[in-house]
This record gives sequence, C-alpha cells and structure tokens, in this order.
Amino acid sequence: MNRQILSVLVDNQSGVLSRVAGLFSRRGYNIDSLSVGETEDPDVSRMTIVARGDDATLEQIKKQLNKLIDVIKVVTLEPGDSVYRELLLVKVQTAAGNRASISEIVDIFRAKIIDVAPQSMTVELTGDESKVNAFAQLMQPYGIIEIVRTGLTALQRGDKDIKN
Amino acid sequence: MQLTGAEILLECLMEQGVDTVFGYPGGAVLNIYDALAKYPHTIRHILPSHEQGAAHAADGYARATGKVGVCLATSGPGATNLVTGIATAYMDSVPLVAITGNVPSPLLGKDSFQEVDITGITMPITKHNFIVKDVRNLASVLRKAFYIAQEGRQGPVLIDIPKDITSQQTDFRCEVPKTIPKHTGLITADAITEAIRLLQSSKQPLIYAGGGVVSSNAASDLLRFAEKVASPVVSSLMGLGGFPGNHPLFCGLIGMHGMKTSNLASSSCDLLIAVGARFSDRVVSDIKRFASSAQILHIDIDPAEINKNIHTHHHITGDIKSVLERLNVALEPLDIESKQEWLSQISSWKTQFPLSYGKSGGLKPQYIIERIHALTQGQAIITTEVGQNQIWAAQSYTYTLPRTFISSGGLGTMGYGLGASIGAQIGQPNKQVFNIAGDGSFRMNCNELATAVEYELPIIIVILNNHALGMVRQWQDLFYDKRYSQTTLTRSTDFVKLAEAYGALGLNLTRIEDVDTVLTQALEYSGTVVVNCEIDRDDKVFPIVPPGAAIEDVITEDS
Ligand SMILES: Cc1ncc(C[n+]2csc(CCOP(=O)(O)OP(=O)(O)O)c2C)c(N)n1
Repeated sequence: MNRQILSVLVDNQSGVLSRVAGLFSRRGYNIDSLSVGETEDPDVSRMTIVARGDDATLEQIKKQLNKLIDVIKVVTLEPGDSVYRELLLVKVQTAAGNRASISEIVDIFRAKIIDVAPQSMTVELTGDESKVNAFAQLMQPYGIIEIVRTGLTALQRGDKDIKN
Repeated sequence: MQLTGAEILLECLMEQGVDTVFGYPGGAVLNIYDALAKYPHTIRHILPSHEQGAAHAADGYARATGKVGVCLATSGPGATNLVTGIATAYMDSVPLVAITGNVPSPLLGKDSFQEVDITGITMPITKHNFIVKDVRNLASVLRKAFYIAQEGRQGPVLIDIPKDITSQQTDFRCEVPKTIPKHTGLITADAITEAIRLLQSSKQPLIYAGGGVVSSNAASDLLRFAEKVASPVVSSLMGLGGFPGNHPLFCGLIGMHGMKTSNLASSSCDLLIAVGARFSDRVVSDIKRFASSAQILHIDIDPAEINKNIHTHHHITGDIKSVLERLNVALEPLDIESKQEWLSQISSWKTQFPLSYGKSGGLKPQYIIERIHALTQGQAIITTEVGQNQIWAAQSYTYTLPRTFISSGGLGTMGYGLGASIGAQIGQPNKQVFNIAGDGSFRMNCNELATAVEYELPIIIVILNNHALGMVRQWQDLFYDKRYSQTTLTRSTDFVKLAEAYGALGLNLTRIEDVDTVLTQALEYSGTVVVNCEIDRDDKVFPIVPPGAAIEDVITEDS
C-alpha cells in the first residue's frame, strides 16, 4: 500500500467535511489523517488528507473527490516537492523529578514547554511526521498522560501555489 | 420584484421549463402549495398515493423524456419516503430535482416535529444537495440544482427548504437558464487517433453499450459507429433501446442474464469497446475472467468510471454523443473482410444459442411479452418492476428505440415500475405505456393505481403472477437446494377485484389462446388496466450465470 498526501481546495460550505469524510468511509478508502482550515480566501477551505491504498485506489480517491461539487481542486503533494508539518501536544508525567531530562529532549527537538503543573508538563512540537513520531516515542518512558496530533498539513515547495 | 420564497420556487421551476411536478403536501410545504394554488396553472401538479410514488414518477418522467424530473415532499416522513426513489435515480444516473420542506430554521437541530436531516440522509445518494438558510440564496440554489442534475453524468439533486424561507420575501429577477455544456474538453485528437488505431487493428471487436448511450441521446451515432466498425453490439440492461434490437449486429443483453452469444463474444473478442457502460458486477460476474483476451477501450463521460471496476487500455472521457461523432468522422470505413470470420462466428452462435423457453405447460411470460411487442409494433414504452418480470421484459421485447425500456437497473427497486409508468405516461402522452410486474413487486406500491386512475392514464399493468417472489425463489431452487424460504406467496389477493376497487379495469389471463384477445381488450380500453396473468410458479429466467462463475459459463434452459 502506498501513501499519498492530497491537498484539497473546497468551498467553505457547511457539510463539506462530512461529504469528504463520508466519501472515504462509504467507499472503504483508508485515511490516516485529515486536517482542514480556512485559506486566504474565506470562501475556500483547504484540506490535507493522508490516504493509503494501491495505485488504482489512490487514483479513484482523487477522481471521486473531484466529483464532489464542493471540491474545487485536488492536488497530490509529492514528498520531494513539498513541506509537511504536524503539530503535537503531549502532556507527560513529571512526578518522579525528571523535569530536567524532559527539558533536555525538548531542547534538542526545538519543542516548547507550554504548561507546567505540579505533576505534569505539556509540550508543543511541530515537525514532519518522523520527527513527531520520534519525539512521542522518547516521551513514552516518562508516562504520557495524553497526546493530541493535528494530522499532517502540507504545502508545495517553491513559488508555485495550488491554484496554478 | 418582491416575491416570497414559495413564489420564487415556482418562478424558478417555470424558468427551467418544468411543466409537471410530482408532489405531496404537508405542514412544511404549506406555503409552497398555497402559492401553487394561486399561481397561473402553468405547472401541472400530480398527487400520488405515497411520496415514493412521486419520486419514481419523476424518475420515469425523466427517463421517458430526457428532461429533469421534479418531485416535492414535506419534511420528516415525506422526505424519507423519497429516499428509495432518489437512490434509484442516483444508481441509474437519472436527472432529478427533489425538493423537500423542513421545519422553520429556528427549529432546525432541535428534534422538532417532523424534522429529519434529509441532506445528511441523502448525501451518499445525490450528486449534491443543499439546505437553503437564506431566502436570498433560494433562486441561485434552485438554478444550480437544475444545472448539476443535468451537467456531466446526470443524477439527482435535493434541495431542503425550511418553512420560514418559503414565506419570507426577497427581490427576484427572472434569468435565462444557463446552457448545459457538453463535456468535450478531454476528447483530444490524440485520444481519438489512438482509438482509431485500436479499431483498425482489431479483427474481433465487440461494442458493449450502456445507459450512457441513452442519456446522451447517442443512439443514432452508435448505430453509425457500429456499422462503420462492423462490430457486433451487446447491451447492458440500462443500454437497451440505445441500439436497435432487430439489427443484425445486435447480440442482446450481456451479463448475468445475458444471451450466451453476448457472453461468449465478450470472452473471445480482441477489442471491447465500452460505450457509456460501467462494468457493473451484474455484467462482468468474475472480473478477473472478464474479457481477458481483449484490449479495453472505455468511452464514458465520468472520469471516475475509467479504471474503477476494470483496468482499461485506452479511454476517451467525454460526452458519448460527441465522442462517437468525432470517431465517426475520423473513421475510414474499415476492412470488413478481415472481420468476416468473427462475424460468422457470432452469427453461428446466435443460431446455436437463441433465446428459448419451454413451450409446454401453461401460459408463458415470455410469450406474453412477445405478443405485447407484436401488438404494439415495438412502439410502446415498457417499464418494469424487479425480478424475473424485469428480465423477461428485457429479453423478450425487441427494443428499437431509446427511452422505451425503463427499469431500475442499479438499485433493483421492487415497486419502481408503477410509479415510473405514471411518470412516463405523463411525459409521453402519445405512447402506450406498459408496466411489466411481478405479484410481489406490484403489491409493494399498488396504491399508485389510484393515481393512474385519477389522472386517466391508459397504462396497462401486466402482472406476471407466479404467486412467488420468483427471482429469489429461482436462486433458492438453483443454489439453495430448493429450500423456498419465505418466497412462496399464498396470498388470496384478487388483483382483478383490486383493480376494480381502484376504478381500473381488471382482466384475468390464464390460457395461451387468450393472450391476444385479452391484450387487445386492454389496448382498446381508454383507462388504466390491470392484467393478471397466471403463470407457473417455477418458470425460470434463463440464461443465468451462477454467482462467481465466468460469464461464458451460463446455465441455459436445457443445461
Ligand atoms: C425493495 C426490494 N426488496 C427486496 C428485493 C429483493 N428481490 C429481488 S427480486 C425479488 C422477487 C420479486 O418478486 P416479484 O415481484 O413477484 O417478481 P418475480 O421475480 O416473481 O417476477 C426480491 C424480493 C428487491 N429487489 N427490492
């Protein structure tokens, strides 16, 4: 199975998220993550979808997305040609007096401590997937209380934009 | 001018040239019905017995005329009653606009009386749907809905209108409907050249025609194309009527109940040219063994159909009619000599494997349908229910004209035919409409007899009454060791009396020798007729491809 990162421009209409999500579940397409937000034009939102499947399925996913009336454009973001980022927030236990060693890892990863409490610390990290995964793994031994990830967002490198 | 939402709705329908609406009133659409009553009677409103009937009628109207069918229902149960009809239209790519009322906007999302989220419910069975939350958007939404329903691959669109929107006023200006563009942008010179090359090098071509031929009005272009290529033609259920059934190049249905010739041809051809067809499981059976020795050239308006069910070698995406026109212009008459062997193979299969049915025993459904064809000179519109009746109607009547075979192919909706026949008869008042039914299917929606009678529609409903859910029973017979679980109908319904109770003419047909007399009596009657035909419980549909088998391994009557 291959993985593909799709950037999808959609009309910022109510229901558009459920149309897209419904399409994936109804046709049995695998989806790793989906993130969505407004663009420079408030009438248009942009979704980043990480989908998985063989080549034929990935081709179908793009074609089926294109059939949705609210979908304006679908583009595949090729790994070499694009920048990917994901945001992670993780709350780790600090009860055993291990703040210093967590801080050290945070520094190495250029992450940020955004909340400190008597028995925990919340850390923010942005990076591509492998960096986020590596960081989450390193936090594991300290005891992760909770973790939340936004899913990947991405843009094409260089001067080009999705519209042309 | 300042108009209410309800008036804007009617104005927009008129703007789109809508002359008929199939609808059912209720609380959430009261304003619309009030406007309808006050409006000049340019829109004819047909009141069915059930909203499902309205949706099927709008669908039948669309299939028979090529125009958009319109249905209207109230919120909640009215809206959900449309759902089967919308799904039926969706699966067969029928242009339909369904309008539903909803509770007033302030009550939305509060589980108010008769509130359902109909846009949520119909999301997977519409091309698109809308909920109108501002009266100022109503006109543009309606215009978009008609555009979307007709543009590209056609299909149903639903518009949900909360009640308060229909009473609020806003400025309205008439507009000329946007012309529906033909999709021709992807029909490139390269795509045409490559198709021509494939056609020229093929010695054993086969055209597989589908519903797209009918919906793009490309029947005459397909005829020219097939004759130029000298290619035999097979048809999906939806494609019937898209190519003359009496033409020497025509082999008949392909697929689960296809003619053996069609199925054998698909396995032996070297080039399969799919025209507006989608390689559905009912056609291909085992996809791995389908047309396995052929190159596949796929012509379709919907890019997502290309490589969806089967891998194709070459494709042209675009309006079928435009593609065929381009190919017909570019094609030099092909060397028929090199195809002689193939064509004589096809014709010897045809002689060897004709459509046959046992002539012994009582009244045969196939014979009744053959006689309907003869007595109407093949000029009738045939709608069907679902099951054996549907396949017999597909096999035993020779369709030569597009839009004369109207059947639920994709969804297989029992109860579709009667509503569809009403819509077809209203859309084509000068045609004789028959609804071929099974007793099970007829019983599902026979309440629409009241509608046919009320509007004085001379539809002839032919119930092929085997006192069984015949098609399911046939599967139990062939593949479940004759365990007839819940498929024997021992009901004491008297369909003739039922017809009379609704005000229709009821006729019984039990003997072969009476077929012509009874059908003639039905044809001569000016109103709605129900002909109850007593047929054998164990008459079967042949050929049939057993589940999972390769398409050429058909079971026929004598195997
Ligand atoms: C709404 C609906 N329910 C169930 C089915 C499953 N089904 C397919 S054919 C069939 C039997 C149809 O019986 P009848 O209408 O008497 O026609 P026959 O096959 O006997 O001609 C059934 C139950 C269906 N297609 N549609």
